[in-house]
Amino acid sequence: MTTQTIDRTRTAATGPRSVSFLRLTLLHAKYNILESIRIPIAVIGNLMFPTLAMFFFVVPQSSVTSDPVWSMISVGGLAMFSVMSTFLFTFGVGVAEDRALPFDPYLRTMPAGAAPRMVGRIVSACAFALVALVPLGLVAGIFTAAAPTPGQLLLGVVTLLAAGIPFLMLGLFIGYSLSSKAAIAVVQVVLFPLAFAGGLFMPAEMFPSWLERLSTFLPSRAGRDLVIGAFTGTDVYAHALPVLLAWGVTFTALAVWAYRRDEGRRFR
Amino acid sequence: MTSTTTTSTTASTTTATDAPVVTVEHAHRMFGDVVALDDVSLSVHPGEIVGLLGPNGAGKSTLLSLINGQRKPTSGTVRLFGQDPRTPAARIGLGITPQETGLPASLKVGEVVDFISGHYPDPMPRAELLARFDLTDLDNRQTGGLSGGQKRRLAVALSLAGRPRLVLLDEPTTGLDVEGRRALWTALRDYHAEGATVIVTSHYLEEIEALAERVVVIGGGTILADDTLHAVISRVQSHRVTFRSGTDRDQLARLPGVTALEADGDRYSLLTGDSDALVRALVTGGAAFSGLEVRGASLEEAFLSLTDTTTEAA
Repeated sequence: MTTQTIDRTRTAATGPRSVSFLRLTLLHAKYNILESIRIPIAVIGNLMFPTLAMFFFVVPQSSVTSDPVWSMISVGGLAMFSVMSTFLFTFGVGVAEDRALPFDPYLRTMPAGAAPRMVGRIVSACAFALVALVPLGLVAGIFTAAAPTPGQLLLGVVTLLAAGIPFLMLGLFIGYSLSSKAAIAVVQVVLFPLAFAGGLFMPAEMFPSWLERLSTFLPSRAGRDLVIGAFTGTDVYAHALPVLLAWGVTFTALAVWAYRRDEGRRFR
Repeated sequence: MTSTTTTSTTASTTTATDAPVVTVEHAHRMFGDVVALDDVSLSVHPGEIVGLLGPNGAGKSTLLSLINGQRKPTSGTVRLFGQDPRTPAARIGLGITPQETGLPASLKVGEVVDFISGHYPDPMPRAELLARFDLTDLDNRQTGGLSGGQKRRLAVALSLAGRPRLVLLDEPTTGLDVEGRRALWTALRDYHAEGATVIVTSHYLEEIEALAERVVVIGGGTILADDTLHAVISRVQSHRVTFRSGTDRDQLARLPGVTALEADGDRYSLLTGDSDALVRALVTGGAAFSGLEVRGASLEEAFLSLTDTTTEAA
């Protein structure tokens, strides 16, 4: 064993200056992404579902694919679903799984608070969500009449990620509150009803009026309509943004509370 | 934050060089109804190397988790470099090795080192860190493919990644062979010699003897002894004396230095700090006995007797 005696002055530790928030965030994002892509099937599986749904349920309906607005509504709904499920799964299930490993409480002893870890995860999840949108976008571009301008496309994608944030926070809340097995179940129970009632699979415009009215207060519907609005340049119902923000604030508060409360699942 | 943990006083961190690195005052910690720590007070000064010794479930890891900010005490205060350990800035000078490693299996050794180092303002260069723990050849291997001993060495190496002033090691050499254990002790002693403060838990007496200068014995959530290595060793080193005898139980319990007595029919098993005196008294006392055996008690047994005597005295 080599035991070099390194000449270093211990007084260097005067006035603890932390590593900057940005560097810590990028550090966490980098290793989050690195860890995920070492298990490619997890990434690929997530990537394929919305694209396949698009291919089997939307593409065969010529009445939809020939109409630019209806095409965009279908694609917008599935894109919203894609982002929502990426965020709910990577955060809900991913966090719960990580928390069961002793490495997670160990990381909590690093001189970094909750924020760089959370923001780092957000950055990595956004990266994966964007990757999942590529095949969906390609299928939509090739087989449907959806034709947003480059500006609308950019605005739409940014809106998608922003509209996903409340679900990310919901995921974090689930992940920090439950064990990984419970988290998988809860994420599925939350994801599919929210997606359906939010009009992500079947357009909300075809709902009975009571469901259509109720749906406007759901984060999935509000997100979907904001995304479709951004892609098509059409108007969005007035309370969409306040509804989404309110859910976002609520889920963020719950996520922060759950993180603070969590002390790891193991002791002694 | 609860009212029990007083908010950090920002001064005092850099003033006196011999200000305590760790201060624990009247810390209680409950897990539901279970008392994990019961009124523990402890302070550790710069440059000390302290062994926390105690049986499994004694509260060693819980105490470490209070010091590293992972948990907060149910009541009482804990200070790390004069600050609340739950504030990230207080932990810049802290490096830990948890009892369980659980490294992310898909990351490579070098990546894990860089990830941990990235949290600290003045980390140890990766090459130096790996060399200190003889891990240089493993730089490019995924941690999932390492042997148990290699994982453990990496986990201990990670505790030094940020050039900490305080290192907390929770059973650092569990699962290592004798050679690996020795090498790790050398690396830790070298780091301590460079001026760091070290707190190490173990239930191996040998490990504590090799590393610690001061020993704190914990049992049942309380501090049973806090003294120099030598003083504590002589306290916990006890012997088990077994024999058959028809003598009255109470009479045997009065033999010198008996800290615990178990009877199984006419077979008695006595725990004592001074087996020589006990045997002498047994013989001179004239009681009939047979099948006398004297052997060194395990550390676990010694702790139990320490715990028993304190509860009886209380």
